Amino acid sequence: MTRSELMRLVSEKVPGFTKREIENIVKEILEGIKEALAMGEKVEIRGFGNFKLRHRRERRGRNPKTGDTVNVPVKKVPFFKVGKEFREMVNRKSSAGD
Amino acid sequence: MTKATLVDHIYEKVGLSKKETTEMVETLFETIKEVVSEGESIKLSGFGTFTVREKGSRRGRNPKTGVEIEIEPRRVVTFKPSVGFKAFVERGSDS
Repeated sequence: MTRSELMRLVSEKVPGFTKREIENIVKEILEGIKEALAMGEKVEIRGFGNFKLRHRRERRGRNPKTGDTVNVPVKKVPFFKVGKEFREMVNRKSSAGD
Repeated sequence: MTKATLVDHIYEKVGLSKKETTEMVETLFETIKEVVSEGESIKLSGFGTFTVREKGSRRGRNPKTGVEIEIEPRRVVTFKPSVGFKAFVERGSDS
């Protein structure tokens, strides 16, 4: 499912908003999460999950083409930890479908 | 940052009240949960993809007692950040 299909589902639930308002606010929500992480902050959405940074240590890698050893520098990677309610919702559906 | 601080951060930018913004934030995350629970992935360009992965059953062990148990098959949510999101946090807040 793409962003536009998701926007259609959201708009059905909040009939008072225009399509444009919905698109704009979703953009700002996602940007807000990205900005918080970029500042090293964690974002906690109760029932959904937490977005935070994972730090990867520097390591020695290899160029797969040439076989040369290279240093892969320290990395900050966005990480999503699913919330309890979301996790249980996904799992329930699987057992219900058996 | 919590849902409330996220709302504080964006409601003026989008020109809605705090209450309306909160409603939108909650609706967005609820809708993502519903779609993903149905087993469908959601791709949000510039942000990332939420996917459901099926995990098969496997043998595990109770770390306290050492007793072997069967871990039932389950479904888990994974999030893969987009290239843009990864680049954005790598640059940090000073960019």
